[in-house]
Amino acid sequence: MATETAHPPAVERDERVRRVRLVSRLLSRPELGAVVGLVVVWTFFAVVAFDNNFVSWSATAAILNRAAPLGILAVAVALLMIAGEFDLSIGSILGFCGMAIMLLVTPEAAGGFGWSLWPAILVALVLAVLTGLVNGWLVITTKLPSFIITLGTLFIFRGLTVAITRLRTNRTQLGNLDEVPGFDLAEKLFAAKLTLFGSTFNVSILWWVGLTLLATWVLLRTRQGNWIFGTGGAVDAARNVGVPVRAVKMALFVTTAFAGFLVATIQAVEFTGADTLRGQGQEFQAIIAAVVGGCLLTGGYGSAVGAAVGALIFGLVQQGIVITGIQGDWYQVFIGGVLVVAVILNNFVRLKAAARR
Amino acid sequence: MTSNGGPLLEVKGISKYFGSVIALKDVSMFVRAGEVTCLLGDNGAGKSTLIKTLSGVYRADEGEYLFEGEPMDFRSPRDALERGIATVYQDLAMIPLLSIWRNFFLGSEPTKGWGPLRRYDVEYATATTRDELGKMGIDIRDPDQPVGTLSGGERQSVAIARAVHFGAKVLILDEPTASLGVKQAGVVLRYIVQAKQRGIGVIFISHNPHHAYPVGDHFVILRRGQVYGDFTRKELTLEGLVQMMAGGEELENLAHELERAAAGGTAAEDLRKAAALLEAETGRRDDREPPPGPAPRPSG
Repeated sequence: MATETAHPPAVERDERVRRVRLVSRLLSRPELGAVVGLVVVWTFFAVVAFDNNFVSWSATAAILNRAAPLGILAVAVALLMIAGEFDLSIGSILGFCGMAIMLLVTPEAAGGFGWSLWPAILVALVLAVLTGLVNGWLVITTKLPSFIITLGTLFIFRGLTVAITRLRTNRTQLGNLDEVPGFDLAEKLFAAKLTLFGSTFNVSILWWVGLTLLATWVLLRTRQGNWIFGTGGAVDAARNVGVPVRAVKMALFVTTAFAGFLVATIQAVEFTGADTLRGQGQEFQAIIAAVVGGCLLTGGYGSAVGAAVGALIFGLVQQGIVITGIQGDWYQVFIGGVLVVAVILNNFVRLKAAARR
Repeated sequence: MTSNGGPLLEVKGISKYFGSVIALKDVSMFVRAGEVTCLLGDNGAGKSTLIKTLSGVYRADEGEYLFEGEPMDFRSPRDALERGIATVYQDLAMIPLLSIWRNFFLGSEPTKGWGPLRRYDVEYATATTRDELGKMGIDIRDPDQPVGTLSGGERQSVAIARAVHFGAKVLILDEPTASLGVKQAGVVLRYIVQAKQRGIGVIFISHNPHHAYPVGDHFVILRRGQVYGDFTRKELTLEGLVQMMAGGEELENLAHELERAAAGGTAAEDLRKAAALLEAETGRRDDREPPPGPAPRPSG
C-alpha cells in the first residue's frame, strides 16, 4: 500500500478524533434517548412499586409479553419513518388480517368459509402484502403526504373489516380458532409459552427480538439500508445518485403491512379469535415508540433498536401501572408525557451530535 | 494538463423551448479533457437549462450532443452518469444526517458475500472514502461524522471527490462556490484544479467572474439564452470578463448613480458603501477622490 509515508500523520489525526469519539459516539446514537428513558422509567417503578414485586422475573415476563406485539409493529414503522413516510393504517391492517383469518376458518354455517388454518394464514399474508402495495402505490403516484393517504386507508381497511365481518356473520367477534385443523403447529410458532425462571414468556418476544436484529442488520450493514437512510434524508439527492426511491418506499409499506399481519396472526392464535376493532390505536403507539426510539418525524434518522426500546417503555409503563395499582386511566397521561419528554430529549441530543466538530 | 485535441463533450446549436419561452437558442460549447470550461451568465441567462440539458435531465429540442465524438441522446441523468458525465448540484449533493462514507457510496455501495448474506462492505467503504478524500487533499477527521457537520465548501469537495472516484470523465459543477465565503470558495476552486489535473473535463458554472477567471481555460458567456461569447483565457482579462457578463454597463451606471446620490448630501453611509462595493465588483480601478460626505460617526 502507498500509505507507508502517510502513517505518522494518520496516527496523529486519529488521536485528534479519539478525544471526542467516546462521548460523541454515544451522543450520536439515535437510540440513546430511549435507553436513558428506559432506565429512568424502570427505576421509577422499581422504587414506587418495589413492594408490589416489580423487580421480579414474573413482572419482567409480563412487561416483555406486553411489549412484544407493539415492538414488532414499531420496528417496521421505524424503518418506514427513516425512509420519510408514515403508515397510520398498520393498526387497521392488523385488524383486517386477523379478521380475514377468522372469517376463512369459521364454519360455513356461521357465515365463514370453513377453511383450515394454514391456507387462511397464507391468504391473510397475501392480503397484507396487497394492502401494503396499495398504500405505497397511492403515496408514490399521488405524491401526497403518506400521513394523509394512510389516514384514509386506516378508515378504509377498518371499515372493510367491520362491514364484511358483519355482512357475512352478523357479528364483530369470531372465536374458537383452537378447533380448526392446523392450530397446533400455529400455536407452537406464534403463541408458544416458554417457562424460564418460573415465569411464562411468550414466543412473540423471540419474533420481536429477531425482527429487531434483522432490521438493524439491514439498516446498518446492507446497501438497502443505506438507501432507506438516503430516501428519507433527501429524496432528490438520493434519486440523483441512483437510489431506487420508489422501490424502497414500496418495500417498506409492504414491510409495515407484513408486521401488521404477523401481529394479527400471533394475537389470533394466542386469543383463539379476533375482534373487528383489534389493533385500533396501535398505529399511534407504534409511531410513538419509534419516535421515542430516536426516529425523526422528517425521516433520514433513527434506529430499529431504538423503536424496540420505545415499545419496551410502553410495556413497562402499562405493566408498572397495573402492578402499582394506579388507576389505569392514568396510563395515557403517562405515555403522552413520556413522548413529549423523549422528543425534547432527542432533539437536544441530535443538535448536540450535529454540532460536534 | 494535456489536452488531447478533440473535445470530450460538445454541444452544437442546441435550442430548448418551454411552450412559448425560448430558454436556449442555438447554443454551442465544448470541454476538452484536462480543461476547465467556465459557463458564465447572470440569473435567467439560461445556465440552469443548459446544465440540465448537459446532464440528461432535459432533452434539447434542436441541436447535437456529442460525447467523445459520438452523438448522444440521454433520457435521464442516470444515462449520462453511466457514460461518465457527473453533475454536482449546488444543494442536492449530500444528505446531511448521513455520515461521510455513507454519502460517498450512496447508490453505488460496495458489497461482499453472497445471497442473503450479501452485505455492505463497510470497512472498504470507510477506507476508500478516507483515501479518495486524501488524494484530493481533503483532510477529514472522521468518515463517520455526519455530512451536516461539514462546512459548505467541504461538502462540495466531498461531492467532487465522489464524482471523480466513480470515474467521471466530465464533471459539471453547478455554482459550487455560490453560497460560500471567500476562503471556502478558494478550497473548492483548488479541487476544481485538482480534478482538471487528473485529466477530467470540468464544466464550471458560475455567475462570479472572480471565481471563474483563475481556474478557467476558456469561458462561455451566456446572455438571454444565447452564447454572447466564447473566449480562451489568453483573449480575456478579468476586467473584460466582468464587463462582458450581463449588466456590466448597467452596474457601472448604477455605481455612478449611487455615488452621485451619496455626494449630493443625502449622507447615506451605506449608499457610499454600496457604490464602493459595486465598483469593486465591476473591477474598475481609478484614482478618484472618495466622494465628500460627513465623517462616519461611530454608532453604538
